Amino acid sequence: MLVVDDDSALAEMLGIVLRTDGFEPSFVAEGSRAMQAFRESKPDIVLLDLMLPGMSGIDVCRGIRAESGTPIIMLTAKSDTVDVVLGLESGADDYVVKPFKPKELVARMRARLRHHENLVSEQLTIGPADSPVIIDVPAHQVSRDGRPVALTPLEFDLLVALARKPRQVFTREVLLEQVWGYRHAADTRLVNVHVQRLRSKVERDPEKPEVVLTVRGVGYKAGPP
Amino acid sequence: MSGERTTDTTSWLYRRVLHPIRLAADAVVRAWQSSLQLRVAATTLVITGVAVVVIGVFIVDQVAGGVLEAKRNAAIGQARLGQESARTSLAETDTSVPGDVEAARTKITADLTANGQSAGLFTTALESESPSANEITPSVAIPDGLRRLVQRSNLAVQYAPVRDGDRTVPGLIVGEPVSARTGVLDLYYLFPLTAEEQTIALVQRTVAVSGLALVLLVVGIALLVTRQVVRPVRVVSQTAGRLAAGDLSQRIRVHGADDIARLGRSFNDMAGSLQRQIRRLEDLSRLQRRFTSDVSHELRTPLTTIRMASELLHAHRDEFPPALSRSVELLNAELDRFESLLGDLLEISRYDAGVARLESETADLRGVVQATVEASRLLAERQGSELIVDLPDEPVPVDMDSRRVERILRNLVGNALDHGEGKPVEIRVRADADAVAVAVRDHGVGLRPGEAGLVFNRFWRGDPSRSRLTGGTGLGLAISLEDARLHDGWLQAWGERGKGAQFRLTLPRVAGHTLLASPLPLVPDEDVHEADSFEFEEEDA
Repeated sequence: MLVVDDDSALAEMLGIVLRTDGFEPSFVAEGSRAMQAFRESKPDIVLLDLMLPGMSGIDVCRGIRAESGTPIIMLTAKSDTVDVVLGLESGADDYVVKPFKPKELVARMRARLRHHENLVSEQLTIGPADSPVIIDVPAHQVSRDGRPVALTPLEFDLLVALARKPRQVFTREVLLEQVWGYRHAADTRLVNVHVQRLRSKVERDPEKPEVVLTVRGVGYKAGPP
Repeated sequence: MSGERTTDTTSWLYRRVLHPIRLAADAVVRAWQSSLQLRVAATTLVITGVAVVVIGVFIVDQVAGGVLEAKRNAAIGQARLGQESARTSLAETDTSVPGDVEAARTKITADLTANGQSAGLFTTALESESPSANEITPSVAIPDGLRRLVQRSNLAVQYAPVRDGDRTVPGLIVGEPVSARTGVLDLYYLFPLTAEEQTIALVQRTVAVSGLALVLLVVGIALLVTRQVVRPVRVVSQTAGRLAAGDLSQRIRVHGADDIARLGRSFNDMAGSLQRQIRRLEDLSRLQRRFTSDVSHELRTPLTTIRMASELLHAHRDEFPPALSRSVELLNAELDRFESLLGDLLEISRYDAGVARLESETADLRGVVQATVEASRLLAERQGSELIVDLPDEPVPVDMDSRRVERILRNLVGNALDHGEGKPVEIRVRADADAVAVAVRDHGVGLRPGEAGLVFNRFWRGDPSRSRLTGGTGLGLAISLEDARLHDGWLQAWGERGKGAQFRLTLPRVAGHTLLASPLPLVPDEDVHEADSFEFEEEDA
């Protein structure tokens, strides 16, 4: 895993804590070197401080997301709407507000790294009949009209969660629990932002969603198969 | 029936007559009070009007007096002149023969008229000392007063109406006794005042017209002058209004160097100085807020490191000697407090910077209250206080930011438990059409007089000697007050020494509505007497 943070003391402390929890972290302090380090170490997960010298955390986030779907967790000192939403929109899967407890961080990381050991062949189909979205769950592949759709693991999990129960309406809180692994209510903006990102990839017209539908005042559900 | 009709009539009278009159009167009063120009014009009108009327009356009076005086002198002169002719004519006249008398009268009239210097003699009348009805010249009515004077052998003059053909015109009658062959006759000269009347009327008209013109001129001048003064004053007042509304760049265009221009210039100077001061203060306060926010953020990264280190130590505290182990525990606990203090500080700085935003949704207030109560159970058990919740049966939908409202309630309940001395804490929710209220009551130490207004101050402590059990940051109520204000709501406190305290949160049901009343009293019913309460109501923003 890769930790991008400019504060050496925090980085070192993170290293200690993460190693005790069985991770093998590598560190980079400058945003400008983050991409190179990412390509070299090919981490399973990235911890990214939003405020970095050189290149801003937001740009690093966009850069990584452009190349891979590796889970990214932002470390942020600001919990204001604008900062968090900006981070999420640039591709971060989740965020932790400083000061966080190590247990909380590890829980968030584990939730992102959770592997769905699905050996049973499972194929899900949702969306309009003339152009369905086909999800191959064990292979982690999604396709529409015969073309593969590249989703990050988080987006994939979100889509699978909705697709497994096509007629059920999921509240944002339920999705937070099932997809992000939050046990008690957290920031519903996470859900909103990622639904938007998911739609931009699977929908023909994200303004008129057919696959992930909004149920006003309640939450989201999968479109009819 | 008749009673009803009376009422109908009264109301009709009121509606159709009195009410419009009152409205008109109100409008006039308003105009009077609001327009300096109108007041000056009206005052000028009244004063000039009175002056012109007085002067006019005086002039007309003088002219009329002069004209009449001249006429009178001329008339008397003519009468004297006519006396000779009359005496000769009447010397041969027998008063008892009407025909003779008439002939003599005609002759006298002819003599006098023929005489060049006529004072406008119209006719004469002759009467015996004791005229019988048929003797009196029908066209002439001699006033009795004049007749009596003449009979006392005087030359007498009186103004009296005289008949000129069909018309009765104002006239002057001069009477004198004349000795006839037999007895004495009263000879009256009648002068019509038609010409004088016309002269006087002309003078009256002239005076009235010029007086009116003068009044209009003066009022016009007054209007013009006041306009010149009032207009710049209005401009100043409008500009001041815009300045007060926050547009600090407003200035007055100044021409010339007169007093008005000086007013404008001083005003502009004042506005400029105000603008500079306010800018400076704004910059300072922005800097200050920025600083608070930055400090809070900057503290977070080292705090995270400390936190992690402390957690690591805490996880291994069993392996340490007792003193070290306890130290780690204290470190961990105080870090929690430090963290919440930092969080509250950041929240307050958000309010100070004006960046706090309401994320309003319609939700059932009861749910929020129940969530708060559930979250406070543990603390309540630790304090030994019972939480008594009194909720309405129907849902209470309110436009609110549930996170903030829950934070307010958690603060209030925490505060009540903290100061409740183990006695029950009551939470009551009530709603009416416009507003909802939550009151949190404790029966603890209460508040001293005057303290109800201080509890919302930052870092205020009721009793510094008391230790705080919940480890509050001292910012909780200050944040709650800001949260309530953000909702256009009220947060108020009441308390009395030994009787406990009550905090009441009132929120409008529909976002943006102005609160007028709360569904719950601020002072608990059983303590209405001699209450020390502090209303923390919103001023107009």
